Amino acid sequence: MKLKGAEILLQSLKQEGVDTIFGYPGGTVLPIYDALYDSDIRHILVRHEQGAAHAADAYARVTGKTGVCIATSGPGATNLVTGIATANMDSIPMVCFTGQVASPLIGRDAFQEADITGITMPITKHNYVLERTEDVARIVKEAFYIASTNRPGPVVVDLPKDLMEKEIDYDPYNSEINLRGYRVMKGCNYGQVVLAAGIINKSERPVIYAGGGVIASDAAEELKELAEKRKIPVTTTLMGMSAFPGTNYLSLGMLGMHGTRYANYAIGECDLLIAVGVRFDDRVTGKIAEFAPHARIIHIDIDAAEIGKNVDVHIPIVGEVKEVLQAINKRIETVEEFGEWHQTIDRWKGEYPLRYGTSSEGRIMPQHVIEKISDLTQGEAIITTEVGQNQMWAAHYYKFKNPRSFVTSGGLGTMGFGLPAAIGAKIACPDRPVIDIAGDGSIQMNIQELGTAIAYKIPVIICILNNQYLGMVRQWQSLFYGGRFSYTDISNQPDFVKLAEAYGAVGMRVKTTQEVDGALREALKVTDRPVVIDFWVDRMADVYPMVAPGESLLNMLGEE
Amino acid sequence: MKKHTLAVTVENKPGVLTRVATLFRRRGYNIDSLAVGETENPSVSRMTIDVTGDDKIIEQVSKQLYKLVDVIKVVDITEERLVTRELILIKVKADPSVRSEIVQLVEIFRARIVDIGKNTLIVEATGDAGKMEAIEDSLKPFGILELVRTGKIAIVRGPQNS
Repeated sequence: MKLKGAEILLQSLKQEGVDTIFGYPGGTVLPIYDALYDSDIRHILVRHEQGAAHAADAYARVTGKTGVCIATSGPGATNLVTGIATANMDSIPMVCFTGQVASPLIGRDAFQEADITGITMPITKHNYVLERTEDVARIVKEAFYIASTNRPGPVVVDLPKDLMEKEIDYDPYNSEINLRGYRVMKGCNYGQVVLAAGIINKSERPVIYAGGGVIASDAAEELKELAEKRKIPVTTTLMGMSAFPGTNYLSLGMLGMHGTRYANYAIGECDLLIAVGVRFDDRVTGKIAEFAPHARIIHIDIDAAEIGKNVDVHIPIVGEVKEVLQAINKRIETVEEFGEWHQTIDRWKGEYPLRYGTSSEGRIMPQHVIEKISDLTQGEAIITTEVGQNQMWAAHYYKFKNPRSFVTSGGLGTMGFGLPAAIGAKIACPDRPVIDIAGDGSIQMNIQELGTAIAYKIPVIICILNNQYLGMVRQWQSLFYGGRFSYTDISNQPDFVKLAEAYGAVGMRVKTTQEVDGALREALKVTDRPVVIDFWVDRMADVYPMVAPGESLLNMLGEE
Repeated sequence: MKKHTLAVTVENKPGVLTRVATLFRRRGYNIDSLAVGETENPSVSRMTIDVTGDDKIIEQVSKQLYKLVDVIKVVDITEERLVTRELILIKVKADPSVRSEIVQLVEIFRARIVDIGKNTLIVEATGDAGKMEAIEDSLKPFGILELVRTGKIAIVRGPQNS
């Protein structure tokens, strides 16, 4: 059968089970878009390529499948870069196709030429430049295999235009994977598992520190089993947020720089730290020498390079989190009673709950908005966030019930992530409410994606916590730079209600605490278009507790 | 901190050297020496990388290298019994009056003269890093005009009688 490169590409995508791709057309991807015209693969036309990358990323985060995006060469490809780096830092499986100028023009500074392979080398798990049309099927297969196995990550495939036009004899799926330098991790060291189980059975003050790896490995059930069998309190990282139910008695919420006091105290006091699918990020550990000072550490991760990277551990176990936890769970003894350790933690929880005051300006407290969203959706919505205070408040006050529900740029901290991510998440899960918790700064970074949500009638709710500041930076300026608010006041801003309406979305403005509930209820009823709610929140509200960078976790700022 | 020698087997494909170099740059590891070339199997290249660091850093370097899809194998051969070689070419000032002196020196080092110009000689030598430095030092007084080194290659010795 004679087929064009572009047609082989789409056939290969179908073989991989791809049903939706996010993208933006352009000169060098014309052959691919021409093939898409006849294809039953759904293509979502975004308004900026960065939106395509974030939407594909969120699609992957909520489904566990590999997200797919496509952009043209040059500026189209470079516009994907922030999205690729975001996915890379959070280990999200994604395959990004970029157009490239025709092969004979490569290296000649042709129109819209950019060396996207070179540019993305340090921010991808792997990348490819297609050299022969005959390799399309194999490379697509390899790209999905690499993106989705072991520690997941983004893979870029650069496709020169002439090779997409070229017709070859296509033998359906004559495409053996040929990767002798890449082996998928199976099983784990059972000696280490036995050792770990022994220590878990003996420890008196254990804590589980769970991260994104639990979600990537679909191991929330196994984590819960371990925690409940041994009555082990669980703290999660930002990336692990929805891996353990926030309403569970054993939940300590988040740890680290903006962790709860009780989570950080528990880390300080524990005699055993079970680190599951985490990487001991600086935002989590604070001053590393004083992190979990009394604890033996078990570290479970699929990526051997994470073991010992930041912290020395006593029992490393390299393997798929799900498999390792299953093996450990078989070897631990059930504890029936809560003990002294839980009393200590209960006391901390009683004395130092997450709390916030009232607004001296009579405005809405931003934390209250999140609590309301959590109540009204009963912890079952998908929450996306932008980056900064909005993100931390979402992590503090939304009580997640199910894994793959918190979609946030944890590692890279990408402002402008939340709206396109909400669109990607809603397309993947049309039956669940999807809410972007935004700041007035971040939302303006990809606000053009309202156009996408309108075009596809996607009812996502965008809650802008509007304090007319770049709030988190303003908070740091208050704390560490003597209150000199250098370029963080953004009170000169558009009317977000009119802006929403201009796009064809529903716009609401909420200025008082009494109106919050009603506005959210109304927004949750809308089914055919996005809703933007502009909450005028307290301008000076800060995120607490807080550990200053490089300080010990026990040294928390904010009222006790 | 100690100098380690890593033998890294990689796919013989365009871009692999960049991937390895990018990794070292990004993670802040310093390459002391790097030599790369095809092996007995034309689809495979071998890099010999000298990198300085404590055991933890070297462990990280190896693990991070392994994560590159095009890296097939990483072996730290520092503690093995090795044959190591480097090639050096030195263009040295050589007026007729000092030529015989240079020729004698070159013989002592079992090096070779591979080109004679009007007032220059090019000396070629192979050996380990110590020998390279010694020959460089002894030629310095004559005036070194140009010097190139290949970087070290290394191979583990075969087993002796068992």
